Amino acid sequence: MSVRRLATHQPEGFAFTPANLEWANAQIKKSPDGRQASAVLPILWRAQEQVGGWLPEPALRYVADMLGLAYIRIYEIATFYTMFNLAPVGRHYVQVCGTTPCWLRGADEIKDTCRRLIGAPGQVTEDGLFSWTEVECLGACVNAPVVQIDKDYYEDLVPKSLERILKELKAGRPVVPGPQDGRQASAPLGGPITLTDPELYREEAGAPADPPKPGALKQAPRTSRRPKPR
Amino acid sequence: MLQDKDRIFKNLYGLHSWRLEAARARGAWDGTKSFIERGHEDVIEAVKASGLRGRGGAGFPTGLKWSFMPTKSDGRPSYLVVNADESEPGTCKDRDIMRHDPQLLIEGAFLASFAMRVHVSYIYIRGEFIREREILQAAIDEAYDAKLIGKNNVNGWDFDLYLHHGAGAYICGEETALLESLEGKKGQPRLKPPFPASVGLYGAPTTVNNVETIAVVPDILRRGAAWFASLGRPSSTGTKLFCLSGHVNTPCNVEEELGIPLRELIDRYGGGVRGGWDNLLAVIPGGSSVPCIPASACDDLPMDFDSLRALKSGLGTAAVIVMDKSTDIIRAIARLSYFYKHESCGQCTPCREGTGWMWRVLERMAKGEAEKGEIDMLLNVSHQVEGHTICGLGDAAAWPVQGLIRHFRHVIEARIAAGATKPIAPSVPVAAE
Repeated sequence: MSVRRLATHQPEGFAFTPANLEWANAQIKKSPDGRQASAVLPILWRAQEQVGGWLPEPALRYVADMLGLAYIRIYEIATFYTMFNLAPVGRHYVQVCGTTPCWLRGADEIKDTCRRLIGAPGQVTEDGLFSWTEVECLGACVNAPVVQIDKDYYEDLVPKSLERILKELKAGRPVVPGPQDGRQASAPLGGPITLTDPELYREEAGAPADPPKPGALKQAPRTSRRPKPR
Repeated sequence: MLQDKDRIFKNLYGLHSWRLEAARARGAWDGTKSFIERGHEDVIEAVKASGLRGRGGAGFPTGLKWSFMPTKSDGRPSYLVVNADESEPGTCKDRDIMRHDPQLLIEGAFLASFAMRVHVSYIYIRGEFIREREILQAAIDEAYDAKLIGKNNVNGWDFDLYLHHGAGAYICGEETALLESLEGKKGQPRLKPPFPASVGLYGAPTTVNNVETIAVVPDILRRGAAWFASLGRPSSTGTKLFCLSGHVNTPCNVEEELGIPLRELIDRYGGGVRGGWDNLLAVIPGGSSVPCIPASACDDLPMDFDSLRALKSGLGTAAVIVMDKSTDIIRAIARLSYFYKHESCGQCTPCREGTGWMWRVLERMAKGEAEKGEIDMLLNVSHQVEGHTICGLGDAAAWPVQGLIRHFRHVIEARIAAGATKPIAPSVPVAAE
């Protein structure tokens, strides 16, 4: 368990924007009648997004009223699930995975980089742009070390590539998420050595061209850096 | 080596499109209606005959699990819940299925639901997978638009599929905690029995299956149970997604036959251990919850359920975490202990107090600030946590510690001996935070 408490300073009130309210009502309809509580996580998440990355107490009370739940039910959920931030975060919120698979591949250096460029964990930079924290396994272990910044994963990092990403974000320039060393998703560096039989994709080749994919699905350079299998 | 034609996840690396049309060209949704026409029992029998065992860690036979569901409704609906809360350290296979081949998962959920006479299914994806969630939702929408799922679909079995997400809690990967979370509560595991097959989501019969388990079902039906059973080893049939992380030259995900020798897996796909095979220190073969095994046991080790169990470890999620000789093994396991301390839901005292206690002791041991007798005390406490909690998180926290002491006691002893020259601060009892 981890200690999680509400922030000392809280804003006055909270209300969903009309668009978010409509979205929230649609979420509630996903569950059977009388089970509207099921929508609590998505709705709290949307509230957090609306506030700008954290959940103030008025938002918790608002969601409690909306779902017809006692405030304590919402409070215990907000303090239980660690993706709900109970204090303000930076405009870009950097979550560094520190669990063993990332640690084995240099998460400590990534954390040092954050300390150097952003400051102490949990502390928002003066320009309000960044804050960072260490999180538990993000589930991208073959692309370690990994950080999540806002909605995207940045993978196969070294301090230098993280520094470049933070610099670009600070300048408001777009950055490409995903592996930062040219890898294709979870394929080995240097390119896949399985799924290379063109016969598998014979029919697909005749299918219409695909729309661009979201995320970091760019083609990896097929270099000869991959060590030969023995 | 598994041939490409026998691989199920043809777009594992996202080199091709995840869209419905491309997925269909790769074989998804081919002949689905004909499986429905064969009947509920036939689908379950095929999955039983394939020998498929759950891919989420426990390895329970999937067909048998499905057969626990009621064949006649007592008025309550039945549910299928797909566990996409992939959070076990080392494991990142379901992510690739959801972002690169989501139609296999959707088709699998449809077929599994039909087998169990289920009309409504939920996929519970971990909150951090935001982009994966966007893709999966878009894929579900595509399947609805193409009338492959939904009411009055072309396949002839009414089926609604909803995507639900978590918000950062490892424990929600435990099936009953997941159900609690789906119901909008804290993810604290339920006492069993009753098992979810009789009292699950909203008090109704429910089966919870891992993403990979569900996503291989369409191919089992298309290619036949005998094909799947012919791959792998007798009690570990089929193919499996392996995740190679840690100190290998080229970490990656790969689909291979169960039973592939660990060394072949590491050398062929992982590009070898960093610094060569002789530089191997230890391997955690199935995700952080299974005990580590030393290099000496890795030379001729088939990666299947039974071989790993014989080593007092486990296949788990087949997430192989490799550690070379530069690794501070005490620190590596201490970091896992911190993970379990952080993720304990706090419901059962042995786990809530024990995980933090084990972590604090290991942190001291890593610095050599401990006494030799504490190694046995730690082992003893780990056995008091193991088996004394509602869910498996207590066991999962205890096993890595037990593996460390079983194989690397000499390392801890040497560390303590080296640290003995420094004065040891008196240990202060600290309750769980």
